Amino acid sequence: MTAHDDPCAHCEEMMQPYLDHMLSDEEMREAEMHLDKCAWCRKRYRFEESLRIYVRQAVSKDPMPAELKEKLAALRVPLD
Amino acid sequence: MTAGTLARMAEAPSNAAGPDAARLATEARDRVRFEEEALGLSDQVYRVARHLASSREEADDLVQETYARAFRSWRSYTPGTNLRAWLLRILTNLNIDRGRRKQRTPQMQPLEANDYYLYDKLAESDGSPSDEEKVVERLSQDNIVSALSDVPHDFRDVIVLVDIGDFSYQDAAQILGIPIGTVMSRLHRGRRILKRELADTFDEDGVNAADQEEST
Repeated sequence: MTAHDDPCAHCEEMMQPYLDHMLSDEEMREAEMHLDKCAWCRKRYRFEESLRIYVRQAVSKDPMPAELKEKLAALRVPLD
Repeated sequence: MTAGTLARMAEAPSNAAGPDAARLATEARDRVRFEEEALGLSDQVYRVARHLASSREEADDLVQETYARAFRSWRSYTPGTNLRAWLLRILTNLNIDRGRRKQRTPQMQPLEANDYYLYDKLAESDGSPSDEEKVVERLSQDNIVSALSDVPHDFRDVIVLVDIGDFSYQDAAQILGIPIGTVMSRLHRGRRILKRELADTFDEDGVNAADQEEST
């Protein structure tokens, strides 16, 4: 049986909007009720959330080069 | 001439200069304010650009062109609205116009088969089950940057705007000029593709490491 055939499929469908805070209050309660009793779904939600935070941190480590910042400031239109 | 000088000029125009001078001074003050506000957002704009573009050089070019265009057409920005989204709208349009993005065929492997594939890959790499929070740390920064750049551009755009740029679905829809439903479906599929790419990149790293060990 795959994850799509089991009763957790609905919880999985709600995972992305749940983590994006896009669910209604009622849907949120529904997801949380399932998460409270289902260790498998909790594990998936936790992994998804950790991954998202980790990806965001990893790609944000690349700072803007200082020379580029100077070039942008030089693009300003001079005042008459 | 500083913003402060301009502000004083706008508040107290000399009688001799007349209303035209006052209007010009107000406009100059608004422009300086716009430029300073836009430059203040440059780190955030760059962070998004860096991953929308295919390389660092392209990101640099795109950001410069975006700011050059923004400074020229500052009057079309409505003060009080989301300036970061306005700048990103210019940037994504330039990116599309230039056709600078990697044109890849979306990967059509059976992504739906097992969305937990990446976790399994990472967890099995050291032979013991691990915390969800810890297991992601087995991915290197290179793994992530490389996997993200391999996600087809339509999907990557929404991931970069929402997950890295912190834009709402609504803002991302406006920036990209697509319906909000499309943002949601691309985001959903894009995150799955990213996970598949991360698993593949992680695998390749493992293979490379094993090869190196054998050859020494």
